[in-house]
Amino acid sequence: MNRPIRRVAIVALIMFALMLGNQTFTVIFRQDALNNHPTNRRTRDEEFAQDRGPILVGQTQIARTDPVDDAFRFQRVYPEGRMYAPITGYYSYDQGRAGLEASYNREMAGTADSQFANRFLDSLTGQVPTGASIETTINAAAQKAAYEGLGDRKGAVVALDPRTGAVLALVTTPSYDPNLIADHDLAAARESYIDLNDDSDRPMANRAAREIYPPGSVFKLVTAAAALENGMTTTTLVDSPAQLRLPQTSVDLGNQADCGGTQVTIEQALKVSCNTAFANIAMTLGPDTMRSQAEKFGFGSRPLAELNAVASRYPENPDRPSTALTGIGQHDVATTPLQMAMVTAAIANDGQLFEPHLVARIRSQNLNVISTTRPRLQSQPLQRTNAQSLAKMMVTVVNEGTGTNARISGHTVGGKTGTAQSAPDRPPYAWFTSYALDRSGQPVVAVAVFVEDADVPRSEVGGNRVAAPIARDVMEAVL
Amino acid sequence: MAADNVVIVYHKRRNIELAMVLFAAAIGIASYVLVEINLFGELPGNWAVVAGLWVAIGLVAHLAVRWRAPYADPLILPAVFTLNGVGLAMIHRIDKIPEVWRNGATTQLMWTAIGVALFAGVIILIRDHRPLQGYTYTLFALGLVLLMLPVIPGLGQEVYGARIWISVGPFSFQPAEIAKIVLAVAFASYLVEKRDVLALAGARFLGIDLPRPRDLGPILMMWGASLLILVFQTDLGTSLLFFGLFVMMLYVATERPSWPILGALMFSGMAYVAFLLFGHVQRRVNAWLDPFSDLDRNGQIINAQFGFAWGGLLGRGWGEGRPGLTTFAKSDFIAAAIGEELGTAGLMAIIMLYAFIVARGLRTALAAKEPFGKLLAAGLSFVFALQVFLIIGGVTRLLPLTGLTTPFMSQGGSSLVANWALMGLLLVISHQARKPVAQVTEDRGITPSDATQVIRGTAR
Repeated sequence: MNRPIRRVAIVALIMFALMLGNQTFTVIFRQDALNNHPTNRRTRDEEFAQDRGPILVGQTQIARTDPVDDAFRFQRVYPEGRMYAPITGYYSYDQGRAGLEASYNREMAGTADSQFANRFLDSLTGQVPTGASIETTINAAAQKAAYEGLGDRKGAVVALDPRTGAVLALVTTPSYDPNLIADHDLAAARESYIDLNDDSDRPMANRAAREIYPPGSVFKLVTAAAALENGMTTTTLVDSPAQLRLPQTSVDLGNQADCGGTQVTIEQALKVSCNTAFANIAMTLGPDTMRSQAEKFGFGSRPLAELNAVASRYPENPDRPSTALTGIGQHDVATTPLQMAMVTAAIANDGQLFEPHLVARIRSQNLNVISTTRPRLQSQPLQRTNAQSLAKMMVTVVNEGTGTNARISGHTVGGKTGTAQSAPDRPPYAWFTSYALDRSGQPVVAVAVFVEDADVPRSEVGGNRVAAPIARDVMEAVL
Repeated sequence: MAADNVVIVYHKRRNIELAMVLFAAAIGIASYVLVEINLFGELPGNWAVVAGLWVAIGLVAHLAVRWRAPYADPLILPAVFTLNGVGLAMIHRIDKIPEVWRNGATTQLMWTAIGVALFAGVIILIRDHRPLQGYTYTLFALGLVLLMLPVIPGLGQEVYGARIWISVGPFSFQPAEIAKIVLAVAFASYLVEKRDVLALAGARFLGIDLPRPRDLGPILMMWGASLLILVFQTDLGTSLLFFGLFVMMLYVATERPSWPILGALMFSGMAYVAFLLFGHVQRRVNAWLDPFSDLDRNGQIINAQFGFAWGGLLGRGWGEGRPGLTTFAKSDFIAAAIGEELGTAGLMAIIMLYAFIVARGLRTALAAKEPFGKLLAAGLSFVFALQVFLIIGGVTRLLPLTGLTTPFMSQGGSSLVANWALMGLLLVISHQARKPVAQVTEDRGITPSDATQVIRGTAR
């Protein structure tokens, strides 16, 4: 009987070895994912009871942690919560995290791998570990100008530094107060969260980066870029009839204003925002060329991962009449205000598109820089000369065309208006996107303004009247 | 076993056992004190009483062994006593989590005392395991009745989907824990009697000698019993435990690999049908393969995983983790609480203690001088190993979860008492195996070599 007993012993040995091996596997390979799992209350509770690092705009804390006398010991506070809500997001016990609070959670909590040395030193010196501070690229004056410019209207503003991709302003309205959701009275926080979610104005929607809208005429910049990149010039003549019968349909596309003749140059077409001319350009180029140009500007991919931004869209395989409509930013073309700011920034910056980013620097509590964001070239959507031509055409739009409200005396400003139809029974969307040069001729700011429910007649003046002044204020704040 | 002409003389090693029991007691007491200090920042007022009580319980167990089983393996008792102490400290720690403290540890301490009393009783009263061989069918019947008791309406009680409890008055009890020992004894004596018959070869298939069809009766009967447990008590763990025990003992008795192969096939078939038929089996399997697919339903296993991750390699320390987030942290999931507060290192130490007990048990089986003792020691050790494997494997996501108790650690009287009795029996066999042959006074004509076992069967 000894031989089978020895074999049973081997079976037992294998069983115990499996248990030990499995547990080793858990500790080595599963531990991190488990600790970072969003439903893990152990890590959440510990983080919540921690002196979390602040989020900074310049030297101002837009999210900070105050010591309080309750179970969690520290309360997250957002001093200008509504204005900065789309950037900071919130830090809530039951609702989790959003915005930078989510994307830089580990750094602010002090648990990121890059902070290992600090944690180790803290534990040696017996200091309570503290999280890193997040320094954003936001320009406080521009942010304020954008927020106040939108006022009670629904909309969004995104301003970028075309030379680096740094986000200078990012505003969405109506906004919400993240302090309500971060409240340690968990029942009250939950109720606020539910109320905000049920609000028909959707204050928690990030209209700047996480919602897409038909861009209307501001998309003509992409069409114009595609034209220049594919052999046309600013003086190429394009058919611009007063009415364009869309092929295969009985629909006539009209213009908001007189285009200045039945054949106009591209420069003239952009200046007066001539619909039929751009519809013809789009049909000439074809949908593949159009999409390819749009994708070089970033359509179809998700920019600004820090805010979990969504991708803008150029439709798949539109037929000929639909292609014509995409040329003027209708028919399933949909974009975020962030994406339009990227288009403008690339045009203003000699055709070089830099990746948008929101965080300039991460600093540990002892002020050591943990990481610095370097500008990263994302793509070159158009050649330098073409970009300069298009930028110059945009200046004409502001100086003599549809975008006169964006003029800033003493500065070169280029822009493009847009008014987009969303649904037949609701007011149109007003758009304006522009850039400005500083006194040394550097493109220092590109801004896209989007106003939902613009209470104006459906015409090109919409963008100019409603959105352009906001853009001007934001650019002035940066200049 | 040693060759016939070599005589191994074992030392008693009782003082080693005493020293190790005191060491084990120290671990248990230190655990308790650490829980209190980490939770409340001060030494508990009753630490001396608790320490005294704990040493006294250990000494009682030790003295019983020293008196009546002086040649028994000296390291099994200290290992068991360590596990029991750590388990008690953990139950005490989990008692302190809710606003209103529980006193599960006090009850468990009482059960430990009863368990040790039973352990001493087994050693003192039974002293020699061989007479148990005479009650084969009585024990068989008793074991099966115990197993089936929870099915009886009015007596059985369904707790969280498994019908494995009986309640008599204020007490509830898991009869399967006792049945485990009773059936191990019954199987051992039955198989010693019938092993030559069962070892007869039938047809050959794929190079394996299959048993003769007419000999399939016993395994079919156990299979049927396991099936009944599975269907009426919806408890795959207990079902596997008993079937595995029987098949393994059948293999050891007959030395025919065809038995375990056949058994594994039969069990796999049964498990597969159970998977198809029972929603809770499917849920368990799903919770094992992909726990995060259903956060609410698999919350327990997920939280146990979070606990292991939170504990990491070295653990948060006694009282510093949050084992209370896992439901049943005191009973089924005590291994998760250990993993969280003592870390993977601590849990591995616990697993190694179990492995050590199993190794010493199997060594006892090898050393035993007659087949009944061999078979019984091997069976008891294996069923112990299998139980640890199923429950700790389930909690650590090595296997689908089966609701078994973790021997000597989980809260629960029946499990604790039964496992103490099991260890008592193992030490009795160990004593008989290791004591010098010259001292065997009541030799019943069984020579030391199993090769010359007298066959009493009539079949042939």
